[in-house]
Amino acid sequence: MANLLTVAYLAAAALFILSLGGLSNQETARRGNLYGMIGMGLAIVATLLDPRISGAGYGLVAGAVILGGAIGAGLAARVAMTSMPELVALLHSFVGLSAVLVGISTALHPGEVLSGAEKIVHDVEIFLDVGIGAITLTGSVVAWAKLSGRLSGAPLLLPGRHLINLLVAGGSVALVVPFSMDLDPGGLVWLLGMTGLAGLLGVHLVAAIGGADMPVVVSLLNSYSGWTAAAAGFMLGNDLLIVTGALVGSSGAILSYIMCRAMNRSIWNVVFGGFGTDAGGGAPAQGDQPTGEIVAIELDEAAALLARSKRVILVPGYGMAVAQAQHAVQDFTTLLRGRGVEVRFGIHPVAGRLPGHMNVLLAEAGVPYDIVLEMDEINDDLPDTDVCLVIGANDIVNPSAQTDQSSPIYGMPVLEAWEAATCIVLKRSMRAGYAGVGNPLFLHPHTRMLFGDARDTMSELVARLKQP
Amino acid sequence: MRIGVPREGGSTERRVAATPDTVQRMRALGFEVGIEAGAGIRAGYPDSAYEQAGALLVEDARRGADILIAVEPPEPGALEGLREGALLISLLWPQQHPELVQQIAARGLSAIALDRIPRISRAQKMDVLSSMANIAGYRAVIEAAHRLPRFFGGQITAAGKTPPARVLIIGAGVAGLAAIGAARGLGAEVYAFDTRAAVKEQVESMGGRFLELVFEEEGEGSGGYARVMSEAFIAAEMALFLEQAPRTDIVITTALIPGKPAPLLWTREHVEAMPPGSVVVDMAAAQGGNCELTSPGEAIEHQGVTILGYADLTSRLSGHASQFFARNVTHLLEELGGAESFELDLDNEVIRGALVVCRGEVLPPPPPPEPSPAPPRAETPPAPPVLARPPRASGHTVGPLPGTAVAGIGAVAAIALVAIGQLAPPELIQHLTVFVLAVFIGWQVVWNVTAALHTPLMSVTNAISGIILVGGALQAGAGALEPGAILGLVAILFASINVFGGFLVTQRMLQMFRR
Repeated sequence: MANLLTVAYLAAAALFILSLGGLSNQETARRGNLYGMIGMGLAIVATLLDPRISGAGYGLVAGAVILGGAIGAGLAARVAMTSMPELVALLHSFVGLSAVLVGISTALHPGEVLSGAEKIVHDVEIFLDVGIGAITLTGSVVAWAKLSGRLSGAPLLLPGRHLINLLVAGGSVALVVPFSMDLDPGGLVWLLGMTGLAGLLGVHLVAAIGGADMPVVVSLLNSYSGWTAAAAGFMLGNDLLIVTGALVGSSGAILSYIMCRAMNRSIWNVVFGGFGTDAGGGAPAQGDQPTGEIVAIELDEAAALLARSKRVILVPGYGMAVAQAQHAVQDFTTLLRGRGVEVRFGIHPVAGRLPGHMNVLLAEAGVPYDIVLEMDEINDDLPDTDVCLVIGANDIVNPSAQTDQSSPIYGMPVLEAWEAATCIVLKRSMRAGYAGVGNPLFLHPHTRMLFGDARDTMSELVARLKQP
Repeated sequence: MRIGVPREGGSTERRVAATPDTVQRMRALGFEVGIEAGAGIRAGYPDSAYEQAGALLVEDARRGADILIAVEPPEPGALEGLREGALLISLLWPQQHPELVQQIAARGLSAIALDRIPRISRAQKMDVLSSMANIAGYRAVIEAAHRLPRFFGGQITAAGKTPPARVLIIGAGVAGLAAIGAARGLGAEVYAFDTRAAVKEQVESMGGRFLELVFEEEGEGSGGYARVMSEAFIAAEMALFLEQAPRTDIVITTALIPGKPAPLLWTREHVEAMPPGSVVVDMAAAQGGNCELTSPGEAIEHQGVTILGYADLTSRLSGHASQFFARNVTHLLEELGGAESFELDLDNEVIRGALVVCRGEVLPPPPPPEPSPAPPRAETPPAPPVLARPPRASGHTVGPLPGTAVAGIGAVAAIALVAIGQLAPPELIQHLTVFVLAVFIGWQVVWNVTAALHTPLMSVTNAISGIILVGGALQAGAGALEPGAILGLVAILFASINVFGGFLVTQRMLQMFRR
């Protein structure tokens, strides 16, 4: 029986790896997701065969799974693609919560009585599981609140925040000593104390991170949720948990790394927060004010210009998601393509609030994915482009990232929208982007500003393109 | 404030300085507009359209006007009737008309010469010379096509075949580039020559071929204009043209040097070398002409070659020329502050550059604009700043981690492994093996995930991290409802939200991706 269990776990782990591997391209992605589901089903069934589960336990476990599953299915069916970031953050917090609960439960039921090094190791494992779980839980809740607008996106910067983090983290680690000394209910106090401290740390870490860095934060929390599962695996001596946790943990870490590289920032810089504050928050840096003039364009003129172009590149940003303009963008794309215009999308890695956010929104609206390209694939084509249409993007098309060494985003790779013969920027107002820096693109001689809500503007353009 | 728009004087001038559209814009800026009856009729704008746009039809636009906007410089005597202190905005060519400038000053007026708007990026929207040159370049090709007894585009028909026309454009400024585009559009083979080697790229971007002269001299003066060249250069240039002439159906010359008569580029010899029926369009006719035989304002024929010296090319496209001209003027009025905060601001580079007379006082010409950036210039004049790419700051080479980090991690890992090997229980080491291998597999697999699928990747990993429900099940499995088991059950509940929510949302997303 025990061998059967191990073999089932092995199969589940292999299926999880295949699942992630399947996501390497769009053709195999759905199969990958299916592998993941089969793996999970196998893991649950195998667990139920574990001798530690018996009698009424089956009913209770099944009841909890069914109830949770129903809630999860409901969430998945209802969520709008524009609020994916919030949902993902919320789901991370659930992993954290589960890990905390499983950890405390383990501390209540040590199972076999351990002693010596084994006991210390086990206690450390519990601490790791609960600690990382608590950080994931509260951090994800704060991230969720920021993403859904329940909290302001501005970073909370307490004085001496690095010292606070260090003290809280040190305190949490130190509590393992009294916890490990005795494990009757008295020891539980230390564990709960540590949970509270780690929870505070999670809140404070994420609160200090600005809204523009959310793609990194969400992937970082994704990583944490993996590590906490792996720690639970060590704690329970369960290899499947370890493998799965390690897969998820490294996946999240890689995503965070990719996002940081896309913004040309070190991971520490993001984790310890305060982006944009060096340059004085919302105010652009003094002295090197971009000079030039904003030239507006009207809808008729913009539509005519687009209709007679040969090559058009669309650069969507978070503004497109906020305005829910993706369907209008798709109609627009279909119409222009119908007129024989070559239309493609340039996606910056950190556009939106989640890695790959723009791709999902465009896919939702039915934009064919083979015309949706990454920044590096399309940047060289911009000089041969007639019109580059920037839809609600700002920092990711900011030329100061290449020219202005004093800019807080200097060195960040950007989409070179200004290289196009004409760059039309859809924007609600002249407000600065999330990074709080002015954007000389708007003053560039190639640029024409088309003011208004992205969805209204796109719909108006669609209406004009429909006229013969 | 009142803006007056007169009917243009000369018999060939068909343009008008305001259109119904700009009347509306000027009114939005707070101005009142009085326009002379019939002012726009030759540009296709009837009086009724102006009235509809809110203009007053007046007998004499000068009477009561604070600002008079016109296309051409005013005729002698046309300044009568303007009140003292009024502002005149039109083309003035002050260097060619010093007596007109004196007259304006003597009457206590102010005057902005639209031909003197500095050629800087910011002023591009007020630059009538550019917008008119664009139109003139196009029209030059159309006039030439009208006179040419041959096709532009080559034809292959049952009745025989014809080669495409060969067009040579001399001077690739705005007009030259527009001409290249128009001639290409009609199917001709287009060659262009310019003393400024930097415009080669622009010529090619319009679909023309750039004729190069192997010669070490750079012909770019300030503000993107050409300057006078040395004799040796000119000799080489003449030889090149003579070599081209027998193969050329149409020559369009656009060469101007500011403040100087137009340079002579196409001599009698060149004309006589061209095939009969060919056409020369001399766009510099008003400044003396680039062609030796040009008769300004006229079409003449010399040994079968037609030479067009029209000075009114823009006026022959009066509708759109008026539209552009009027729009440029409206932008200038905006720059002046509109009606509310109207000011002749001498600190404003654009206004100072174009202001020739200020309240009766003749202003000296402003210092020339900054020398244009060294060649090669990448953009059309006036050039926007050329953006340099800084090196990508990331040290990313082949692997995902920089070398030093790998070395550091390696060292730490080695120490940790020794310590664990010495101290840890065997079970921990076994789990650690699994863990480390899984991290490596995850690392390898996830790097292959395409960026477009990062959100689905995140939701799938989210779902599988719900595997923690296995941990909950092991805790709750005994069936007894004591505290530890209840915590386990709650953990299962939340973890299964994750499992189901994560997988289903991923499926929803993936179904949307289609080719």
